[in-house]
Amino acid sequence: MLFSQEGRKGLVSVITASSVGTLIEWYDFYIFGSLAAIIATKFFPAGNPTLALLSTLATFAAGFVVRPFGALFFGRLGDLVGRKYTFLLTLVLMGLSTFLIGCVPDYSTIGYLAPVLVLLLRLLQGLALGGEYGGAATYVAEHAPVGERGFWTSWIQTTATVGLFLSLLVIITVKGNMSSTDFAAWGWRIPFWLSIVMVGISILIRLRMQESPLFLAAKKSGQISSHPLRDSFTKKYNFKFVLLALLGATMGQGVVWYTGQFYALSFIQNTLKVEVAQASQLIMWALLFATPFFIFFGWLSDRVGRKWIMLIGMLLAIVCYRPIYTAMYETGLVAGGGTIPALLVLDPASFWKLVALVFVQVFFVTMVYGPIAAFLVELFPTAIRYTSMSLPYHVGNGIFGGLLPAIATYLSTKATAANEIAIQKGLPTPYNQPYLEGLWYPIIIASISFVIGAFYIHATTQQSKKNA
Amino acid sequence: MQQLNNRKKMLNRLRRLMGIGWMAVGIMSGYYLLVSQAIPKFQSGQAADKIPALIYAFILTPLIVGSFLIFGYYALKGEYDQPE
Repeated sequence: MLFSQEGRKGLVSVITASSVGTLIEWYDFYIFGSLAAIIATKFFPAGNPTLALLSTLATFAAGFVVRPFGALFFGRLGDLVGRKYTFLLTLVLMGLSTFLIGCVPDYSTIGYLAPVLVLLLRLLQGLALGGEYGGAATYVAEHAPVGERGFWTSWIQTTATVGLFLSLLVIITVKGNMSSTDFAAWGWRIPFWLSIVMVGISILIRLRMQESPLFLAAKKSGQISSHPLRDSFTKKYNFKFVLLALLGATMGQGVVWYTGQFYALSFIQNTLKVEVAQASQLIMWALLFATPFFIFFGWLSDRVGRKWIMLIGMLLAIVCYRPIYTAMYETGLVAGGGTIPALLVLDPASFWKLVALVFVQVFFVTMVYGPIAAFLVELFPTAIRYTSMSLPYHVGNGIFGGLLPAIATYLSTKATAANEIAIQKGLPTPYNQPYLEGLWYPIIIASISFVIGAFYIHATTQQSKKNA
Repeated sequence: MQQLNNRKKMLNRLRRLMGIGWMAVGIMSGYYLLVSQAIPKFQSGQAADKIPALIYAFILTPLIVGSFLIFGYYALKGEYDQPE
């Protein structure tokens, strides 16, 4: 299908409007995670900092766990009333809940109501995000020429990473312009308040957009589903593809995504004890250098197919994670003069070495994540596309990926505790590198996903043609 | 052509056989999630552990176990076979 210059220009507007909104939703979602440590001290009963941090992680996980429910609710709505109004609604919901998180008085002022309100607002954020991504990806793909869906949807794929980048940038900027006491007292609320401005602009842009042409055509010919949930999940023909998308693609993609971007940050801050601002800057550089590869791999997937790009990305991650994290730890040791101090300030050489090591991880992310929107969109027919693609995406990312910090922290803490007990008893330590134990979670999950994807994804070729 | 069909047949057999493995993965995941994650958190007596324990027991375990069991069953039944 050839596109005229005018059609291409229209497509650029569609991409811009969709991407800006999705980017802001990711920003909203990630500022909570990026400020997890400070939120823990504000909203959860003080006394035990570890408990407070775990409570925040639980809230974080809750935010991820509700994403699949948002995918079901808004996916159904999107397949019934259209893509445009549904993902406009998710944007409003996200903007309001983010803004309100920044307004909730802390625990010392209103007691238990504070963490309850934050938890509820966080759940609303999760619901909104669950509805947003599938809508944006579907909307863009349904505007794009069939042979170029990988390239055009890859712009949507950059938004999660750029949203994380933006959240770190805003936090660093706000922090840099006030004292650390002010930031801890009230400055942390500013990134939340800023959201309402960005969401307002994005709503104005989105209001001017037209409904998806494929959805309109399906509606006109009476081909939209009146029961998208039933058609997606109770009809074996579709449901088997939902399961294949989840276990053979999004599950592995989810853990690779969270390892490369969140676990890397957590490892640098908590294991290497690098100062927070420097750790954030380091991640930002890596994200900045790697982001263009989302577009590259999206484009490449239109030419050589989506499956093997995603699977090679997963395989590289499986094989390289342990050597990469070993190298990160050794870099920290060198910077600390042979030990990891309570607070590590990196010299330029160590800083850029860590940037390179995180970049490699984000590069793997671009391989698995760049082509996945087009892959998911092509797996399902227009009538149930929003519902069917949203669920595996958010289960894969929200549940398998979102739980990575909690499970990986649990595994490495357990290994460290076992070593300490062994030392107390005068026995040899059972783990040589306890700080690497958390990596078993993404390695095992990505390996399972790789095998399922490699053996079972062949059938999607026929589906793709059918849904072109 | 014959060679290609034989290869597809062999791969399809392997896909079906692996279905049993996916069901086993489902059961093992359920065991890990309940025994190593949910139950210790229920038994810890700490309020902060209640929510994760409930999430593990009533959302994650059924979802993950169910997905692998159904996927494995479909694979075993040849739902993911490549047409010969």
